[in-house]
Amino acid sequence: MDNILELSAVGLSERIKAGDIKVIDAVNAVIEHIENVDDTFNSFITIDKEYARIRAGEVQALIDAGKLDSKLAGVPFAVKDNICTKGIRTTCGSKILNNFVPTYSALAVTLLENAGAIIIGKANMDEFAMGSTSETSAYGAVKNPNNIKMVAGGSSGGSASAVAANECFFALGSDTGGSVRQPASHCGVVGMKPTYSTVSRYGLIAFASSLDQIGPLCKNVTDMAAVMEVISVYDEKDSTSVKRDSNYLKHLNKDIKGLKIGVPKEYFQKGLDGEVKACIQNAINKLEDMGAVVEEFELGLMEYTVPAYYTISSAEASSNLARYDGIKYGHRTDKYEDLHDLYKKTRSEGFGEEVKRRIMVGSFVLSEGYYDEYYIKALKIRTLIKERFDKAFEKYDVIIGPVTPTTAPSLDASLISPMKMYLSDIYTVPANLVGIPAMSVPCGQDSKGMPVGLQIMANNFREDKIFSIAFALEQSGGDGNA
Amino acid sequence: MKKRISNETIEYIGILSKLELDETEKEQAVSDIEMMLDFFDKMSELDTEDVAPMSHPMANNNVFREDVVTNGDMREDMLKNAPMVLDGMFGVPKTFG
Repeated sequence: MDNILELSAVGLSERIKAGDIKVIDAVNAVIEHIENVDDTFNSFITIDKEYARIRAGEVQALIDAGKLDSKLAGVPFAVKDNICTKGIRTTCGSKILNNFVPTYSALAVTLLENAGAIIIGKANMDEFAMGSTSETSAYGAVKNPNNIKMVAGGSSGGSASAVAANECFFALGSDTGGSVRQPASHCGVVGMKPTYSTVSRYGLIAFASSLDQIGPLCKNVTDMAAVMEVISVYDEKDSTSVKRDSNYLKHLNKDIKGLKIGVPKEYFQKGLDGEVKACIQNAINKLEDMGAVVEEFELGLMEYTVPAYYTISSAEASSNLARYDGIKYGHRTDKYEDLHDLYKKTRSEGFGEEVKRRIMVGSFVLSEGYYDEYYIKALKIRTLIKERFDKAFEKYDVIIGPVTPTTAPSLDASLISPMKMYLSDIYTVPANLVGIPAMSVPCGQDSKGMPVGLQIMANNFREDKIFSIAFALEQSGGDGNA
Repeated sequence: MKKRISNETIEYIGILSKLELDETEKEQAVSDIEMMLDFFDKMSELDTEDVAPMSHPMANNNVFREDVVTNGDMREDMLKNAPMVLDGMFGVPKTFG
């Protein structure tokens, strides 16, 4: 038998449904592989072998009885550790939740389990999803499977490295400012942030509620469409959830002739690495060869997106993270004098440096006397950025460009200069500010063999166009190496 | 760099954030916050006088549903997560004299 681990998610499920592979064999293959390699990559915080094996039996029985024929039946997957899983520890990469076991699962997780996918474990991440390298995790840094001296990206670094290293067949991540797309780009997998309100946030531990979306990380575009179809479901438990068209697989064989692609000039200016630029240009040329109409344009206001993003996300985080007080769950300090002292000591011990910094900055920009100058100002700039994107989408079906200015940086190089790390989010934060869907799809490697991702953005609810382009590019084969 | 985080301000931020900072941490926090504010000040270049703030990416309408309990009784499982349990309730330090 060929190597199970090399199969795609949809490919594995087909083989399982055909009776070629037993679910338990797929689960055991993944567990054995994780045991062999994860001491090196550190993709996982928690593995639940026993639960995965029990589920394998249940899913196999349903398949054998002809009661389950979903595209993901029997497929092991990883869940970012800020997404609640009933009965499986969920830490958010933080010491403050080191013993938290949710009493319910996120809707996205439940939907995937109902489709017969099997949770294998909880993926490592930057603490509370704050970071761009997965080095702020209280459970150690994630290492990039393409080169273990490099970071996997973040904050969904464990999800990306687990998929890239074949430790699972797909993973869920979350994207607040690029946290799915950027690690996907750095690890060489497909990552997507859906339109805001597409995937229920029920059970996603909140970082910045107006920006957070759960998004999958997959081995290829077909797997992405299959996972997205399962999790794009209206949920009355998330008041921002919407009912929408969620047929993505049918857009995978579309001709892209005549599709209008806008390339923002600002995405190619200073700061963009030459080899990354060459890979992106190569992908653009391919799309043009396939009949897409490509045009450069000025998007505008790019230099304001990162300051606006960090103002808004820190403000929302300071509010959302007020709930960690050592009373109902999580870490509690040993020694305290009174209730207030308990809160302060618990939080100071439980949160890491980056999280504390964001809480303090967020508290400041929301405080009396500064609220208008910073927080409201950022929200107004968000309106202006939205107007720019609306205008661009009057003319273009999709907007494309790089995901990140460089390939994955070395371990220990980013946290010494947080500001530089924040600025590297410049290409990904606009999609979160305005709500639009965006995908990172592999488009080559630099001369050191590190992957480069192409970012494809479309207007709200137009994932169909992203899937057409991404699939066409993937099918064009070869690579776009610099 | 303009200095705007005084000793009083950092104390106040500590209270708002419910964080306890020692002197070294305070110094670091002041320098970090000022660095970020200098960066945020870029925003002041833009005239936003007549622009409406956007707190949410989608049009915001109130969404209502029937107030029906669907979760069932999870008391025991929820209390398992609590750092301190007293008589089937969350345990907290004495708050009234």
